[in-house]
Amino acid sequence: MSDGAHFLFLIALLPFVGALVPGVMIRAGRTACASFTAVPTALALILLMTFAPAVLRGEVIQAEIEWLPQLGLSASFFLDGLGFLFATMILGVGLLITLYARFYLSGDDPMGQFYTYLLLFQGAMLGIVISDNILLLLIFWELTSLSSFLLIGYWKHLPEGRQGARMALAVTGSGGLAMIGGMLILGNIVGSYNLTDILAAGDLIRASDWYLPALILILLGAFTKSAQFPFHFWLPHAMAAPTPVSAYLHSATMVKAGVFLMARMWPALAGTDAWFYIVGTTGLITMVLGALIALFKDDLKALLAFSTVSHLGLLTMLLGFGTEAAAVAAVFHIINHLTFKAALFMTAGIVDHEAHTRDIKRLGGLRHLMPVTFVIGTIAALSMAGIPFFNGFLSKEMMLEEASHTKWLDSYYVVPVLATLGALLSVAYSFRFIAHVFLGPVRDDYPHKPHDPPFGMWAAPALLTVLVLLIGILPAVAEPIVTAAASAVTGADLHPHLKIWHGVTPALYMSILAILGGAVLLAIHAPLDRAWIKAPRPEAKTIFDGLVAALAAFARTITEGVHNGAISRYLAIFTVASVGLGAVAFAGGGLSERTRELLPIPPVIAVGWLMLIVATVSVVLMHRARFRALVLIGIIGLSISAGFAYLSAPDLALTQISVETVTIMLLLLALHFLPKETPRESPMGLKLRDGLIAIAAGGGVGGLVYAFLLRDIDTISDYHIANSYEGGGGTNVVNVILVDFRGYDTYGEIIVLGIAGLIIYALMQALLEGPAARRLRNVDYSQDRSRDRHPLMMVVVTRLLMPIAIMVGIYIFLRGHNQPGGGFVAGLVIAIALLMQYMASGFAWTQARQRIEYHAMIGFGVVIAGLTGAGAWVFGLPFLTSGYTYVHLPPIEEFELATAMLFDLGVFLTVLGAVMLMLYSLSRIARYAGSADVNVEAMDYDPSERQSDAEEAR
Amino acid sequence: MEFLVASAVGVLTAGGVYLLLRLRTFPVILGLALLSYAVNVFLFASGRLAIDMSPILSKYGDASYTDPLPQALVLTAIVISFGMTAVLVMIALGAFLEADSDTIDIADADAASGKDGES
Repeated sequence: MSDGAHFLFLIALLPFVGALVPGVMIRAGRTACASFTAVPTALALILLMTFAPAVLRGEVIQAEIEWLPQLGLSASFFLDGLGFLFATMILGVGLLITLYARFYLSGDDPMGQFYTYLLLFQGAMLGIVISDNILLLLIFWELTSLSSFLLIGYWKHLPEGRQGARMALAVTGSGGLAMIGGMLILGNIVGSYNLTDILAAGDLIRASDWYLPALILILLGAFTKSAQFPFHFWLPHAMAAPTPVSAYLHSATMVKAGVFLMARMWPALAGTDAWFYIVGTTGLITMVLGALIALFKDDLKALLAFSTVSHLGLLTMLLGFGTEAAAVAAVFHIINHLTFKAALFMTAGIVDHEAHTRDIKRLGGLRHLMPVTFVIGTIAALSMAGIPFFNGFLSKEMMLEEASHTKWLDSYYVVPVLATLGALLSVAYSFRFIAHVFLGPVRDDYPHKPHDPPFGMWAAPALLTVLVLLIGILPAVAEPIVTAAASAVTGADLHPHLKIWHGVTPALYMSILAILGGAVLLAIHAPLDRAWIKAPRPEAKTIFDGLVAALAAFARTITEGVHNGAISRYLAIFTVASVGLGAVAFAGGGLSERTRELLPIPPVIAVGWLMLIVATVSVVLMHRARFRALVLIGIIGLSISAGFAYLSAPDLALTQISVETVTIMLLLLALHFLPKETPRESPMGLKLRDGLIAIAAGGGVGGLVYAFLLRDIDTISDYHIANSYEGGGGTNVVNVILVDFRGYDTYGEIIVLGIAGLIIYALMQALLEGPAARRLRNVDYSQDRSRDRHPLMMVVVTRLLMPIAIMVGIYIFLRGHNQPGGGFVAGLVIAIALLMQYMASGFAWTQARQRIEYHAMIGFGVVIAGLTGAGAWVFGLPFLTSGYTYVHLPPIEEFELATAMLFDLGVFLTVLGAVMLMLYSLSRIARYAGSADVNVEAMDYDPSERQSDAEEAR
Repeated sequence: MEFLVASAVGVLTAGGVYLLLRLRTFPVILGLALLSYAVNVFLFASGRLAIDMSPILSKYGDASYTDPLPQALVLTAIVISFGMTAVLVMIALGAFLEADSDTIDIADADAASGKDGES
């Protein structure tokens, strides 16, 4: 990194930071806003100029900050001749546009917004030309598409503006997508995403099998951006933008991004037949077609837009030729085109601004009314036509020179003839611009009486025309920058000499032919125009709109076919798709040899298995009777916990059995308010379909399980087993994994569980405040109720059980670290003990004795677990590192104190709080529904009263 | 043994999927419960089956242990699936109380907008 290379970051950053300025400064007035917008641009330009001497000497300035090196992503920038040329253009024209827009935008337009978008765009564009990492380049590339969308659609009230912006985004955005693919392929071939590496690996890339796909994808991006045939149609529609935007984006910067990319990639991609025929031919067609359409456009900006298309075609063609001389011509023409075209756009904007029309047929004679504008416009247009002593002439001569000896297939004539035709048409529309707008008699029917605008508005184009003349007369002034840029494009050390007189060459004849032919065409423009209007020709916008409509209709068909509002349909589609994908994966890989022997099947287990299967089948068959289905579900859950216990998973068995109990209770409570029967409504066909889907899914999953059960795998668990005692201080490896090795996961999981509890509480709260509350009040549950709602036996037994259950819970909690158990199970066990009180003694009675809010319990649990984890920080260890020690108190056995236990306490509290909050919420409905006769006492009758009754009776 | 586990997972999956595709909320919840069982056993089985090899370290000499990692994952999965079932039950209950119908498919836009209040 050479001295001052860090400034590259600053240059890249300045426009983005500057984008915030207009929003603040707009309150200080329009001039202040414009002035302050110019500051970041000017600063960046000054910084850039400090690199000028080094870059013009041929040095490359690089700066890099590693970002995600694993992904090949780094914020790296570099500045060579080509990047310097473009950066100068972007920032220089940016300044001029800022000035011009200050006078162009009317008082009604939100100027702050405009400048913000403009700076965003400028930053994105600058990023493209100085990125050294192609992934970074892609990001900036997409940013230009987005910010240009905002700029083109700046006049939101105009439908053309919105449509034009959308079209530009659709075309350039999809091209950008294609380019991402191409760039990734390129990065894959080279093994690096650094542009400098890629440019150095040209031979490797051209020899690769993936060269052609990469080339086509990247060119798609470049062609769409640079409006090459057949993607040229978006550019004229983007002319609905304010003229400063057209001048900036559509002459100097955005559309040149594609050309820039082709120039940038030249050393890596150019030099093959594919490159020549794709790029060269596309450029040639675009050049001629654009010039032809431009000749017949009456809208000044449309004329300039198609002329831009044509000139971009010219640049593309030159780059496509793949020779060094052509690259020099292309670089030189980029500069020249920028100067005259930006000036012309601004001139068109001035005319529009003053005369209130851009229709050439309604203009003419303006040279008397707007002499300054006339001079500026004429100089620029003559340069566009390629008249000697204007800079357009020089690069056009070089282009014709190159074209004159380029062979296309076997023909020596195709390229020179078409190139001359393009030049001829270019002369014709340039002359038309001068003649039909400024020359001719003064008219008396302009929509608005035109006169020259204030100095501020014509200063920018005037400056550009000075450049036009300067380079046109003294081409040597442009030589250093052209040399540096062209050398950067080709990767060779070039020393071109730019001069006006090359002697009598074929190019000179072609030029003379073009100018004469152009003048003739202008003379017979009127009859040609009538013929053109009559001739049928494809309208790109109609085709584009039709294409978009067809795509949208296609998408809608799919969406509406899949998403018709029926959840069972989505689920069916989802299941079928999963099974299908699974089948494909199964078919693709093949199975390895089985490596495990089957374990024996003891008879008891076989019976348990049979119970499980029968219960499952019964649930499916009898799911209409909902209570019975619940009972069967319970059987399944118990069989599974027995299975866990048998298959060496005691912790799972404990958890499963307690969760099972809680789940069934929950479903029972819910079922109280739901219909007790499911009606028969599925037609036979539907059942058959679902049955087939279900069997396919079940068969697939079962087969998969069987397949992997017979094969061994590498596991990381040996580490856990080996370190459980030393590292985690516990012999129950499962528990140590939960609270130590994977404590982070557990921490996340208890938070999720807590959130689920709170969601349920919130849902219930919302429900009881809505119309459902009224419905609940009116439901008659009397038939469902037992006469003996709180049976004496049950009340007594549950109260006796309560302390025992709590003790069991504490025991399970305490031993969890070393034996099966732990916070999860303990929380569930105690939750069940509490639930029994709810069920036996009633809601109100239990509620009155509750000391801690369940919400608080969840909160405490999560906080305790979190603090335990964070406690490790105090000792400078990572989050959730556990420590432990053994304590020996004389009367009792030696026991262990571990921080993991504290963490487990958090788990315990959260589980308990969440489960209780869920059931509490459900029982609140019950209380709401039956509040009229809710019990306050635990039992329906008080035995002591019975006693007194008996005494009275005695 | 392997066949028993595999077939149990298969049958549970099939039953779960079938019930999941029913048109009322309650069978769907039951289906989800069956599917949770299937998934939990599936995950557990990915540690391969072993008998009398609980991952509780023995103080007395070397012993072999089954893979504890899937067990730890399944343990939290069981608890989380309970939380998920509970949320679903509550949504189903709310929908039924608000709309007085426990069908899960929204027949048309009117029905959909009529149930705006729920959840």
